[in-house]
Amino acid sequence: MTIPPADFLLLSPELFLLVMACLVLVVEAFAGNALPRISYTLSQLTLLVAALFSSRLIGHPPAVLLGGTFVLDPMAALLKTCIFLVTAGAFAYARSYLTAQGPLRGEFYVLGLFGVLGMLVMVSAHSLLTVYLGLELLSLSLYAMVSFERDSAAASEAAMKYFVLGALASGMLLYGMSMIYGATGSLDLAVIADTVTAPGSENLILVFGLCFIVVGLAFKFGAVPFHMWIPDVYHGAPTAATLFIGSAPKIAAFAMAMRLLAEALGGLVTDWQGMLSILAVLSLAIGNVIAIAQTNLKRMLAYSTISHVGFLLLGILSGTTAGYSAAMFYAITYALTAIGGFGLIILLSRAGYEADRLDDFRGLNQRSPWFALVMLVLMFSLAGVPPTVGFYAKLSVLQAVIDVNMVWLALVAVFFSIIGAFYYIRIIKLMYFDAPESAEPLSVNADLRVVLSLNGILVLALGIFPGGLLGLCSRVLG
Amino acid sequence: MTGYPLLSLLVWLPIAGGVALLAMDALGNRGCRRTALLVSVVTFLLSLTLYTHFDVSTAAMQFQENVPWIRAFDANYHLGVDGISMPLILLTTFTTVLVVLAGWQVIQERTAQYMAAFLVMEGLMIGVFSALDAVLFYVFWEAMLIPMFLIIGVWGGPRRVYATIKFFLYTFFGSVFMLVALIYMYLKSGSFSILDFQVLPLTMTEQILIFLAFLVAFAVKVPMWPVHTWLPDAHVEAPTGGSVILAAIMLKIGGYGFLRFSLPITPDASHQLDWLIILMSLVAVVYIGFVALVQQDMKKLIAYSSIAHMGFVTLGIFLVFSLLDQHASGGSAAMGMQGGMVQMISHGFISGALFLCVGVLYDRVHSREISAYGGVVNTMPVFATFMVFFALANSGLPGTSGFVGEFMVILASFKANLWFSVLAATTLILGAAYTLWMVKRVIFGAVANDNVAALQDVNGREFVILASLALVVLAFGLWPAPLVEVMQASVNNLLAHVAISKLPPPETGIALLNTLQP
Repeated sequence: MTIPPADFLLLSPELFLLVMACLVLVVEAFAGNALPRISYTLSQLTLLVAALFSSRLIGHPPAVLLGGTFVLDPMAALLKTCIFLVTAGAFAYARSYLTAQGPLRGEFYVLGLFGVLGMLVMVSAHSLLTVYLGLELLSLSLYAMVSFERDSAAASEAAMKYFVLGALASGMLLYGMSMIYGATGSLDLAVIADTVTAPGSENLILVFGLCFIVVGLAFKFGAVPFHMWIPDVYHGAPTAATLFIGSAPKIAAFAMAMRLLAEALGGLVTDWQGMLSILAVLSLAIGNVIAIAQTNLKRMLAYSTISHVGFLLLGILSGTTAGYSAAMFYAITYALTAIGGFGLIILLSRAGYEADRLDDFRGLNQRSPWFALVMLVLMFSLAGVPPTVGFYAKLSVLQAVIDVNMVWLALVAVFFSIIGAFYYIRIIKLMYFDAPESAEPLSVNADLRVVLSLNGILVLALGIFPGGLLGLCSRVLG
Repeated sequence: MTGYPLLSLLVWLPIAGGVALLAMDALGNRGCRRTALLVSVVTFLLSLTLYTHFDVSTAAMQFQENVPWIRAFDANYHLGVDGISMPLILLTTFTTVLVVLAGWQVIQERTAQYMAAFLVMEGLMIGVFSALDAVLFYVFWEAMLIPMFLIIGVWGGPRRVYATIKFFLYTFFGSVFMLVALIYMYLKSGSFSILDFQVLPLTMTEQILIFLAFLVAFAVKVPMWPVHTWLPDAHVEAPTGGSVILAAIMLKIGGYGFLRFSLPITPDASHQLDWLIILMSLVAVVYIGFVALVQQDMKKLIAYSSIAHMGFVTLGIFLVFSLLDQHASGGSAAMGMQGGMVQMISHGFISGALFLCVGVLYDRVHSREISAYGGVVNTMPVFATFMVFFALANSGLPGTSGFVGEFMVILASFKANLWFSVLAATTLILGAAYTLWMVKRVIFGAVANDNVAALQDVNGREFVILASLALVVLAFGLWPAPLVEVMQASVNNLLAHVAISKLPPPETGIALLNTLQP
């Protein structure tokens, strides 16, 4: 198979990333000790250049490449750009953490870059095999990142759980894919879509396969009842890895759901709508309620993730373009807010000490009013209180759900977001109303300060002017 | 009309001032206070032009600004005021100046943040009163919770954390259901404009569900019995300034919501369910009046008195339907509604003043218990004069603004139903009983203890605050015409609007035939 030269341009983000990831690996191996910052600098450069490449592709008309296994459409280009940027933010936070926790380990960035490559493949998948390929590339990188602290028992346990359950989920997904392949005779998503919608298609096997695909997806999202791994992995993994897992992969998971459910199996929308409703309601309920009982911020954010996944699924299950774009906006803004939340944990951590207990946030306002304010904005955004971006994410999802006459789902969602508000404002209570445990001012290095401030300002600015990103999300799907 | 975006200025000037204060922490407490006072006074003076340039002859929205904001939702940055919202904006700007002054000496810790919170809140509250776009309204409405949450939680009393979380969750609970209703109407009408919602035809079922969603939101805010329990807690624990803003303005936002949303958007459901609101209001007036009688804590007593007085507001507003049914002319209906609105403004001044009075005592003795005082008049004669005056105004003494609103509502309720008026009029007795009994125990009698004996009378700053409030209360009591006048056109317009059913006309035979055609 020959690739037309023009296609290389459309593949430029992936190719560039692949080359650079290999390069960073080699550079780290040979020059890592002499130039401790080289891997980080190169990785950030890679991400930013790749973001530039893919952002220029947003206006490109949809094109299917590489023998029908790869698609580049505006949605893919936008999501890729967001993945690059969010990962760049995540790396910036991770650097402070890794520097503080011991000798610089450039492999973290290499693994991260390969993970990003996996996400890109998922986002642009146009065949069941490509979906699986991307997913595994991402997952394997994440397993390794979780177990990065090989001497930590908690991290190893988390990695083990993640790996075993992840393998199980991959198996489910593959099994479902094989059913779909059996029923439709093709791995190509477009062909599957045509076969599914064609009159007289054999429904039973398709729905059977769909079940397994939804299970696999739900696992990757962390939707209830396939959420068990999330709290343990978030908690056990080094914060830098948690930060990465909790952000960009959500965008990729959204893309995978779009490719599999909306594009390939769009003809079965009534079937997966019901399944997703159950997953969404359970995730909202269990995520929000159990988060209240947590005393560890990472675990709390883990359960909060689960509840946000519930909201995101609401957008997808509406089955309309408006719903998809709402879910997309939700995924992007959630990733943006979540990295900030974990970034604050990194901010408070010191060498050999993870500040991930809720009590570590006590009296933050007296130690650093500015970062307390940043955290306040992030928490209100997660709670969905205007004028932060989280509100518009919830608003657009609710709108999509009500538009398809599922007002009851919207009511369930808002009801649980009241419960959710409680544990977010509890953090604010700790920061503002309680006295600090230690009065020492924060010692923060400059670039963490800048990134966190930018992150907070962005969440607020997008909350005041959400029009641009919202418009972009609906345009790329339109 | 003015040539510059006055409303935007009123919204954003205090917010910008607040943000600047946060950044200027280094100014020190003195600098922060002065900046805050400057910003609030400038905002107040600006808001006066709202009054001077206001056209009383029209019910249309004035000072409108409309620019596209979020295209994906068709949401616009649409501001405007009419006779219902304009007085409330003035109340907001006036009260904020007093609140900044009231925190002058008491707040020594994190002064910049304290002042910033009040300024930001001022901007947001003006935003609530002037937003004509539902998304914009909701954003201001919810954002308002954040500074209040912090004010109670950071500068409040011993049980502040419990009180502020209760406050936040109650109000958040109320508002999310309103959000669902707003989205529903957006999908029906294709626009988030509140003015479009007001002319959107809705079936009875839709109206009732939307009405109930609004009711949850506004009833919590007002607060109406039985969702009032957050208010005494929040008031007791809040610092004086927080109590004043809560009582004087935040509660009014609930009443404003009924006038701006519930009545015009769901007139038929309001008509159908007006008995419910009237019942809840009368329970508030009578039952909460008795509850107020037994309070030991001055702030709690005033808080319960606020609930009872706000019951009058909702009573006046929702009497309109039974009045319209009985008196087609609408004159008495207008009276009830105007009475409710006058009561809102007047209660804003009086309850604010009473909380400030308690604040004056609390700053000196650090107790809010009635039993900790007695004979204050002997050591603080000037203060005692003010407190007695505001107490009398609170119990509806003719010649004060408290009388005007109550009298109008009672008069209207008399025309609606004799029993309504009998129950409503008990407030004159109960209100006098609980307020004056408190005054008797606190102010009069022999000097109760050493704390009271050591009291210093009000200083110049406190005198200015209380005197300006007293003047306003007296002025509106003696000559309420300017207030009633600005409301007149908008009230009549609202009445004309609610008198017309929004239900789709019953299907005629031809229309039915048309639907049957393929």
